[in-house]
Amino acid sequence: MKVLVCISNVPDTTTKITFTDNNTQFNTAGVQYIINPYDEIALARAIELCEGGNGTVTVVNVGEATTEPTIRKALAIGADDAIRINAAPRDAYFVAKQIAKIAQEGSYDMILTGRESIDYNGSQVAAMVGEFLNIPSISIVKKITVDGETVVIEREIEGGKEVISTPMPFISSCAEGVAEPKIPNMRGIMSARTKPLSVVEPIEIAKLAQVTAYETPAARGNVKMIDAADPAKLVEALHSEAKVI
Amino acid sequence: MSVLVYVENAEGKFKKSTFEAVSYAKEVADKLNTNLVAISIGNVADATLADLGKYGANKVLFVSNEKLKTFVNQAYASIIASAAKTEDAKVVVLSASFSGKGLAPRIAVKLEAGLVDGAVELPEMTDGKFNVKKNAFSGKAFAHVELTSDRKIISLVPNSYKVVEKPVTAEITAFESTAAESDFQVMVREIVRASDKVSLPDAELVVSAGRGLKGPENWGMIEELANLLGAATACSKPVSDAGWRPHEEHVGQTGIAVSPNLYIAIGISGAIQHLAGVSSSKVIVVINKDAEAPFFKVADYGIVGDAFEVVPKLIEAIRKFKEAA
Repeated sequence: MKVLVCISNVPDTTTKITFTDNNTQFNTAGVQYIINPYDEIALARAIELCEGGNGTVTVVNVGEATTEPTIRKALAIGADDAIRINAAPRDAYFVAKQIAKIAQEGSYDMILTGRESIDYNGSQVAAMVGEFLNIPSISIVKKITVDGETVVIEREIEGGKEVISTPMPFISSCAEGVAEPKIPNMRGIMSARTKPLSVVEPIEIAKLAQVTAYETPAARGNVKMIDAADPAKLVEALHSEAKVI
Repeated sequence: MSVLVYVENAEGKFKKSTFEAVSYAKEVADKLNTNLVAISIGNVADATLADLGKYGANKVLFVSNEKLKTFVNQAYASIIASAAKTEDAKVVVLSASFSGKGLAPRIAVKLEAGLVDGAVELPEMTDGKFNVKKNAFSGKAFAHVELTSDRKIISLVPNSYKVVEKPVTAEITAFESTAAESDFQVMVREIVRASDKVSLPDAELVVSAGRGLKGPENWGMIEELANLLGAATACSKPVSDAGWRPHEEHVGQTGIAVSPNLYIAIGISGAIQHLAGVSSSKVIVVINKDAEAPFFKVADYGIVGDAFEVVPKLIEAIRKFKEAA
C-alpha cells in the first residue's frame, strides 16, 4: 500500500497572531513553525497502517525551502520519503492542483491530510484533490481501518457519526481520534537526515482567491464579576442584560 | 443570473443553519438584484420545501431518489454544480457543516470557482470587487478574501448570520440528477445520532468544562446544567486528551471552533489555544476558582469560586428562573 500524506507548515499553537504592512501580511517575526497538528495525526495513522512492511508513507508539502525542517520532522516521525513542491502555498486551489499532480504520478492508494490547517483554516485541499483526481473524498474523519481492498471510515456529522466504506484510492481529511501524534525517537531523528527529499517545481494556474487584509478580533469590554454566593445575579444578567437566555 | 443555495437536510428536516444559509444567500441575491434558487437533495416533503419561500427562495429545485437518500459527497457535488450551471448562478452558498465542508471544494473545482470556507459576514461588493470575511488562524484572527473568479462559492459558519424572514412564493421544481455511476463509490453503512444531545458546532448555548472538574465522574452537574439550558456540552483539550470526554467535544485551536450566543466555561484556565476556539462567542461566562485565570480577561461575566459550590447553586437559580418564566 502506498500512502501519501499532505502536510502544511504552520505557526506553533502558542503563537500570538499579529500582522504587518497595514494588516496585509502575517508577522512571522519570532514565530516557531510546526507540522499542522491535524496533518500530524494523519501522518501518525498512515505510519500505523504501514507498519510491519505493509506499505510506504510519502509526505508532500507545498512550500519554500524554509519548510524543510518541518518536512524532516515528518521523516523523523516515520515517513519513508518526502516531496517538496517549491512554491509559497498561494491558495487552496493552487495547493490542491500541485498535490493532485504528485498523487497522480505516484499512484497512491490512500491520501491523507488534516481536516484544516490552523493558519488559513481553508479545509479545502482534501476534497479539491479528490475532485481533481475523480476519487472519493471523505472529510473530517475520526477513524480509518483497512479491511482488504475496502477501507472503513468514520466521519463526524452534527450530533453523531457516519460509518462509510470506500474503495482505494481515496482521500480523507483527518480530525482528532484518527491516531495519537507520534514523538520521533533518536533513531528516527538520525535517519531523517538521509531519507530522500525531492524538490519539484510547481505548475502554474490562474489565481481564484487572495487574502487582501487581516484583522484581529475586537477586544471585549471589561468583565463583570459576580459574587460566587449569588449565581442568581448571573442568571438575571444573562436574561435581562445580555439577553441570551 | 441567480444565486444558488444548497439546503442541507437531516432526515428530511432543515436545520437552523440551513435557514441561516438561505437568509444569507437571499441578502446576496437582493444586492445583486437577482433571484434566489435553492437546491435540495434527498427525501424532503413538498411542504417542507415550500417553507423555504418564507426566507426568500424564489425557486426550489429538488432531487430525490433512493440512491441519494444518504449523503454521497461526489454525487451531491455533481448535482449542485450542474444546478449552478443550469441556473447561471454567480454565487453558490452552503452551510459550513461537516457535509458542507466536504462538498464546497469539489463544487469549486467543477466550476473553477474561488471558494471562501467559513465566511462570517456578508460579502462586500463594491467597485466590481467581491470580498468575504472569514475566520483565520483558528479564531485568533479574520481574513478578508477577494474572489476573482466569475463564479464564487461561500460556505457560512453556523450561528454567524441570523435567520431573516422575507416571504415569497417558492416555485417547487424537480431537478434531474446528473450524478454519474462513478460518483457512487462510497457506501454509507451506518448513521449514529445521539438524539438527546445538542450538536456542538451549531449550538446556540454551550456549557464547557476543564481540568478544574478533577475527573470524568464529576460531569454529571455539567450535563445537568446543559440539559436545563438546552445547551451542548464541550470541554478543553487536556480533558479530551485524558479521555474524560470524547474528542468531538474538544473546543479550541486544534478542536472545534464554536460561535454560540453564550459560552459558559467552568474550571478552564483559558490557554491561548482554547481562547482561539471561543473568540467568536457572543457572551462568555467564566467560572474559575483562580482569580488570575487568563480566561477572565476575555470574559463578559465572571465568578471566582469553586465549581463544585458554584455550579449546583447556578443550576438551582436557573431552575427557579425557568419556573418563574
